[in-house]
Amino acid sequence: MATADVDTAQTNGNGKYKVIGTRPIRHDGVDKVTGRALYGADVKLSGMLHAAMLRSPHAHANIKSIDTSKAEALPGVRAVVTNADLPEVGDRIAELGEGAVNLRHLSCNVLAGPKVLYKGHAIAAVAAENIHIAKEAVGLIDVEYELLPPVLDVREAMEDSAPILNDDVRTDTMGELGNTPTNIAAHFRYEKGDIEKGFAEAKVVVEREFDTATVHQGYIEPHNATALWNKDGHITVWTSTQGTFSVRQQVAELVNVPLSKVKVIPMEIGGGFGGKISVYLQPVAALLSKKSGQAVKLIMDRSAVFEATGPTPGSYIRVKMGVDAGGKITAAEAYLAYEAGGYPGSPINPGCMCIFACYDVPNGKIDGFDVCVNKPRTNAYRAPGATNAAFAAETVIDEICDELGICPVEFRLNNASKEGTRRVDGVEYPVIGMADTVEAIKSSAHWQSNLEGPNRGRGVASGFWFNCGLKSAATATVNADGSVSLIEGSTDIGGSRASLAMQLAETLGIAAEDVNPAVVDTDSVGYTDVTGGSRVTFATGIAAYEAGMDIRRQMIARAAEIWDVDADQVRYEDGTIIGPESSYTFKELAELVIKTGDPVTGRGASSAANQGGAFGTHCVDVEVDPDLGKVKILRYTIAQDCGTAIHPSYVEGQMQGGAVQGIGWALNEEYFYGDDGSMHNASYLDYRIPTCYDVPMIETIIVEVPDPEHPFGVRGVGEVPIVPPPAAIANAINNAIGVQMTELPMSPPRVVHEILKKNS
Amino acid sequence: MAKKRVVSTTINGNQTEFLCEPRQTLLEVLRDTLNLTGAKEGCSNGNCGACTVLVDGRPVDSCLVLAVEIEGADLETIEGVACSEALHPVQQCYLENAALQCGICTPGFIMSTKALLDENSSPSEDDIRFYLAGNLCRCTGYDKIVRAVQDSAELMASNGIDGVQIDR
Amino acid sequence: MPTVFIPALLKELAEGAETVEIEGSTVREVVENLEAKFPGIRQRLCQGEELRSGLTVAVEGKVSPLGLMKKVSENSEVHFLPAIGGG
Repeated sequence: MATADVDTAQTNGNGKYKVIGTRPIRHDGVDKVTGRALYGADVKLSGMLHAAMLRSPHAHANIKSIDTSKAEALPGVRAVVTNADLPEVGDRIAELGEGAVNLRHLSCNVLAGPKVLYKGHAIAAVAAENIHIAKEAVGLIDVEYELLPPVLDVREAMEDSAPILNDDVRTDTMGELGNTPTNIAAHFRYEKGDIEKGFAEAKVVVEREFDTATVHQGYIEPHNATALWNKDGHITVWTSTQGTFSVRQQVAELVNVPLSKVKVIPMEIGGGFGGKISVYLQPVAALLSKKSGQAVKLIMDRSAVFEATGPTPGSYIRVKMGVDAGGKITAAEAYLAYEAGGYPGSPINPGCMCIFACYDVPNGKIDGFDVCVNKPRTNAYRAPGATNAAFAAETVIDEICDELGICPVEFRLNNASKEGTRRVDGVEYPVIGMADTVEAIKSSAHWQSNLEGPNRGRGVASGFWFNCGLKSAATATVNADGSVSLIEGSTDIGGSRASLAMQLAETLGIAAEDVNPAVVDTDSVGYTDVTGGSRVTFATGIAAYEAGMDIRRQMIARAAEIWDVDADQVRYEDGTIIGPESSYTFKELAELVIKTGDPVTGRGASSAANQGGAFGTHCVDVEVDPDLGKVKILRYTIAQDCGTAIHPSYVEGQMQGGAVQGIGWALNEEYFYGDDGSMHNASYLDYRIPTCYDVPMIETIIVEVPDPEHPFGVRGVGEVPIVPPPAAIANAINNAIGVQMTELPMSPPRVVHEILKKNS
Repeated sequence: MAKKRVVSTTINGNQTEFLCEPRQTLLEVLRDTLNLTGAKEGCSNGNCGACTVLVDGRPVDSCLVLAVEIEGADLETIEGVACSEALHPVQQCYLENAALQCGICTPGFIMSTKALLDENSSPSEDDIRFYLAGNLCRCTGYDKIVRAVQDSAELMASNGIDGVQIDR
Repeated sequence: MPTVFIPALLKELAEGAETVEIEGSTVREVVENLEAKFPGIRQRLCQGEELRSGLTVAVEGKVSPLGLMKKVSENSEVHFLPAIGGG
């Protein structure tokens, strides 16, 4: 197992790190500020064709027929594919590391057949000599539809009378399937203690209902894929993805070739946040390449990104919580229904498991439902499922605090989960930092300051995310000049080359700049799960550490050989290899490596480690315009348990970025649908993500409660910062104007509506 | 399809001629014809700013400009910001402030920052946030970008635009 | 004996119990012994020789990639939980 004694990793013996905690320039930085870094859309290959896609104008329809003959006849067109070109994959479930997926649903999502389940659903693709011809040809494809009524709201979709999206979906109740087709794909339940007894013990019980809108990850780089299906049957895919190995598996399964025939080359990735794990274009580009005999590049446009990828579910949530006179939670109950989109698979489970995870809930019951609606198939978005849930639970808590006259920070301290607390799903926490983040907010300059002025209010909220471990591999090679090449498979979405190189450097006692990290293709490194689940700095970090320890052992053995002493007489300390009579610096010995024997290559892997979980508490001041309903963020502070911050700047960056996504979710972002099921705001102009003019500086407090599962105590930091913002802002709005918001986003019309309701 | 046109322009200080179709955007020509892929395509309708270039010193979304429109103009792209030996102070400050995560918006932000500082050498935080509101970043929450711009202004006030040698 | 936390939706198969102490030195043995005591529970947890897709097992609070092969000891807590990935 890859968990090591923390002490062995410390190379200078005094408990302080030399590299960890510093802020070196990221290794890929110069390429990214000079425009040289190559992203998915920058791929150019000899003879490459360009492809475009036909997408459904309807939200729900049977496809009666597709006639591609006119498109095929257009000069310059080299291949056209539809669902008929995808092999029948059957009703198999594929384990993708991140989760399981029904391959038939994935295949039908990539190219629709026999139904379209949302507007924008991909139907056919054309490869041509240039993109203009490809687009023109797309317009020549005739599709005959039989229109069906769409269902867009999760509660309507659950009704017996609702139009059914998928004939093959039956409600899965922990392995038992229902008898009739339904939109309710699954029901989950978690229980602890005696819920009725718990509510009976409460002094105050509050029950509220919540609705949250569909929102998108909003990465700036659209999806892209370039594929070459070579004459020898090997497929190469260049793409920006959160997981090359996941893409390899999905492509192999969907086009029905062995894994070994697919090589995925990671390009730089322009944001993902969970949305660039599932394949959309990669198998289609591969099929077009097979048909045309040329490499094919396929890039989504922005409206397709909104209409056909992501998003994270809209939801309906009901929360009931009871608290005794002493301010202790006695019982909590929740009902969550999440929109899965066209095919099953919303993050309903994590939503259920996170909703009360910050607190010690002695009696709890949580029911969750995964529900198909005529919207794009949902995908992970930063702590998937947790933000919706926290909005509900954390605002109910504040209402209870108001009623009992308890300070919301004290309430959170008083009820905070700690080591040994059992979640409602039964799992007991290891060492965690929930209370520490609340303490940090309590003593922050922000919380200690006075907020004055009309229509201004302050809110706090906490959030939890699991953080996952999964599998990673890395190798590291010692170069003759004393540098080390780190070869790894975690696509770098926000500075992970640096955080991994720093951990290897710390392990070896060398400088971060002396490590050259490279993210390589699927043929060149061991299996590595996706860059997601806040896992890379943790799990690939362990792999890098293990590779470093392997190098240390080999360097000790080599030095012993050179000095002709026993290896146990040689020790490795602070980048120096010390024998009974002499010593080498790492650099000196590195120079001798090639001259004295085998090259030194270390390897490391990680699979068994579990992360202890991440908690954050946010504090926000807002000012509400009572006439316009506009909410302005005046001040924002985050305290988050980061275990050990490897590169504090990028840790802060994750906290700030996650919080601002949460602010967008809270205040503006939503999919607007017409009755016909078409999205009305599929552009950045109308689906408005925060600009820098919308937000203030985001203050960060890094709390460090080291995770004992990681040699340096790392906890993932990426996801949890998106969880508290909507709840914290709702609590601040309530504090400002005495209006309890129960719907996301808290956009001006909704805020005005609630104000008018209160005033009448 | 209309006939291709010859366009003469200056790109990053070099006299350049290229052929393009009238329907091609400047962004498409930069990326596909001239191999200047530093300008990124995020939305193709002028909302995200990832394709920002400077035309006669003004920041424009190159996805909204037809290539034929830049006849005779002086064009600057991200590829021309650093000198041959060193980074531009703005680039240096973005790196030192960790003002990028995925990096896809970075070229556009750097071009807009450069234009801002050319217009206003000591912008307030509000000036910066207003000027850069046409460039979207989904990763950073903007905090470190704004700080990078503030540092750039300071560095340029004391150092001019002389490049900064970087160690990495 | 290891303590198995019965998933809420399977409690009715286990006479309403929240937890059950059950013999076994691996998760597989625990599941087999559960099945002997509460017929029908195995097929809710397993598909063929593996855990159901989307389901993981946590022993002593730690999710194991070994699934049914995971060893359990006298004092182990065994939880069957959904697989959680992330964004």
